[in-house]
Amino acid sequence: MRVALFITCVNDTLYPATGRAVVTLLERLGVQVHFPEEQSCCGQPHFNTGYRHQTEPLVRRYARVFAEYDYVVTPSGSCAAMVRDHHPQVARRARKEGRELSPAAAQQAADRTYELTEFLVDVLGVTDVGAWFPHRVTYHPTCHGLRMLGLGDRPRQLLENVRGLELLELEGAQECCGFGGTFALKNSAVSTAMGKDKARSVEATGAQAVCTVDNSCGMHIGGLLARRGSTVRPVHIAEILASTADAPYAEAAV
Amino acid sequence: MSSTYLGMPAFPEAAAAATRDERLRANLRHATHTIRDRRAKAVAELEDWAELRAAGAALKNRVLRHLDHYLEQVEEKVTAAGGVVHWAADAAEANRIVTELVRATGEREVVKVKSMATQEIGLNEALEREGIRCYETDLAELIVQLGDDLPSHILVPAIHRNRSEIRDIFRERMASWGRAAPEGLTDSPAQLTDAARLHLREKFLRARVGISGANFLVADTGTAVVVESEGNGRMCLTLPETLISVVGIEKIVPSRRDLEVYLQLLPRSSTAERMNPYTSMWTGTTDGDGPSTFHLVLLDNGRTDTLADPVGRQALRCIRCSACLNVCPVYERAGGHAYGSPYPGPIGAILTPQLRGTSTALDASLPYASSLCGACYEVCPVAIDIPEVLLHLRERVVQGGRVTVRGRRRTVRPARGHTSERAVLRAAQWVLDRPGALRAAQRLASRTRGLHPRRLPGPGRAWTDSRELPRVPSEPFRDWWRRTRGGAQESPGRGSRAGTSGASGDDRGQEER
Ligand code: SF4
Repeated sequence: MRVALFITCVNDTLYPATGRAVVTLLERLGVQVHFPEEQSCCGQPHFNTGYRHQTEPLVRRYARVFAEYDYVVTPSGSCAAMVRDHHPQVARRARKEGRELSPAAAQQAADRTYELTEFLVDVLGVTDVGAWFPHRVTYHPTCHGLRMLGLGDRPRQLLENVRGLELLELEGAQECCGFGGTFALKNSAVSTAMGKDKARSVEATGAQAVCTVDNSCGMHIGGLLARRGSTVRPVHIAEILASTADAPYAEAAV
Repeated sequence: MSSTYLGMPAFPEAAAAATRDERLRANLRHATHTIRDRRAKAVAELEDWAELRAAGAALKNRVLRHLDHYLEQVEEKVTAAGGVVHWAADAAEANRIVTELVRATGEREVVKVKSMATQEIGLNEALEREGIRCYETDLAELIVQLGDDLPSHILVPAIHRNRSEIRDIFRERMASWGRAAPEGLTDSPAQLTDAARLHLREKFLRARVGISGANFLVADTGTAVVVESEGNGRMCLTLPETLISVVGIEKIVPSRRDLEVYLQLLPRSSTAERMNPYTSMWTGTTDGDGPSTFHLVLLDNGRTDTLADPVGRQALRCIRCSACLNVCPVYERAGGHAYGSPYPGPIGAILTPQLRGTSTALDASLPYASSLCGACYEVCPVAIDIPEVLLHLRERVVQGGRVTVRGRRRTVRPARGHTSERAVLRAAQWVLDRPGALRAAQRLASRTRGLHPRRLPGPGRAWTDSRELPRVPSEPFRDWWRRTRGGAQESPGRGSRAGTSGASGDDRGQEER
């Protein structure tokens, strides 16, 4: 089983701790992780803003870079959704419009792409990864994870099996946090209003950390919490699952 | 659409103003959350909801595919049943037809059933200009009319108003439109509806012309259907001598049997009721029963052009239930007026830029009025993939492309105001497609991280005005990987190049460009 990590550009640049956690976690579970260095971005910022044509080289790159792996694991719900739902479609339309991009290759890469919790639960068949995280945590199911990927209760199952972790119910959990990529900039007032409501619900749980499967949503919620002077931190689920009694989670040294 | 929407600012500005209005936010939050929860319960009661939803979509798709056929069938059946059919290519033509029809009756007043199509064409204002007064008879529509306001929701046009605001409007304005509000009116719902009932009753009894839309037009019988909750519709559809119905051409269902699907989908999605209280159906005219004259005005107003777009046409399946508004987190904060048309919320964001085009700043901003969270698609009873259409329209806005305007294929140019965004995204794409350049950019960011401002200038301000920035880490993931894994990890099949290809930045030889 050849497993590649698709780190995503946001995690690579801003949240390397999440990537390190994925590697640590998968290696602990006996999976050898590969990291093809020619990977970059799934093209979501371009695609979601309307620049479909600019997405095409990134779709081509993704299919090529990951062509020879059995599984591509990514710690981002929205990037997994982009690859799975949109890459094949971008390729099909490019071909229809006369630009060379292989729909079959895009589809193949899409079929092998798994969001981290899917890979753990569906492919490895584990819900208890032997983690230890002695903190109060609330879980925010991000929209792409919830509605596009249909992650269901996979993340919860994983969290419920973490020793020491107290999982607190988040009111209005299914409501969007307001990030939405360039939406956060183009409609920043509405985005902020949505995020503030989310931040308030998070604080009301009494949790110390808000867990997501997507650091971009975490960046938005966390940015608002920090501006409010809150001590609640966004934490990616990979970092919780990688944490053990021997090597406990340490907030990324900055 | 209604002239009163003209000159409105683009969505982000109007929405930003709405987010600062605490009372509006509270009204909307309360109203949308209540109806949203009720809808979820009403839908969960039906085991075959998924099948109904698929049928609702399939039937409408069929109608749209054969629209020419069904429209002619409607015309034939309505005419045979004693009705008169008129064809209106756009709002101006529809308004002209209705105005002339009312004029011919000699009446100066008409009563109206709540109708989205007449909102869309601005019929009230058009009639007003000709000295004909339209009385809205739906409670929420009445509140909007008395308050000299604009509707902000498809189903509950006065959703932005709370009880005490409504009481004030009734007290101050009812007298100038007819029967005054009772002395000592309070804001209890019972008293408010009583006041409306008394105010409206004299209008129902006096009116000789009624104007309506229709929720459905049954093609094989020519039957029009209006679905409502208050009974005002029934009054308007039965008491006047002349009935004029303005109906969008996409409202057709093939046969009566198909109503079975929609009369389950619509009330549960809309008001969260198992069945709406009043369903009125009429076929042409019937001697001695209801209006003796019936005019059906079939309205295009951009619908045929929308139909020409393979991705966008699904918006024509919409049955105006408003479920998508009630679950939309953006609508909840922005309010309905920010969408600048009678169609607010997610459906407005995909319908208005198709019906009106994307040439104004407001219309070009609508496809971006969404975080793409997908809640709308999830609840839509006819499975309109709203996020898909939003993305499609975003592409039209920034890239331009082929559209159909009044039946003619045209190429639209990219909308203005996206120049810097385009440049930034193009530069980003250039970097992202060159791992070497990406690595260099990341390193630069890491190395200079002590110098990064906490508040950004320019477009970045939109982030840092309300949110902290994440700290740039001292080492991007790629570098950690190389440092700890020593670059020994190969790309399969090209292991020997793995260590250098990324850094050189010219690893594009293998690409099929
Ligand atoms: S788009 Fe769907 S959910 Fe929204 S109003 Fe139309 S039918 Fe209802």
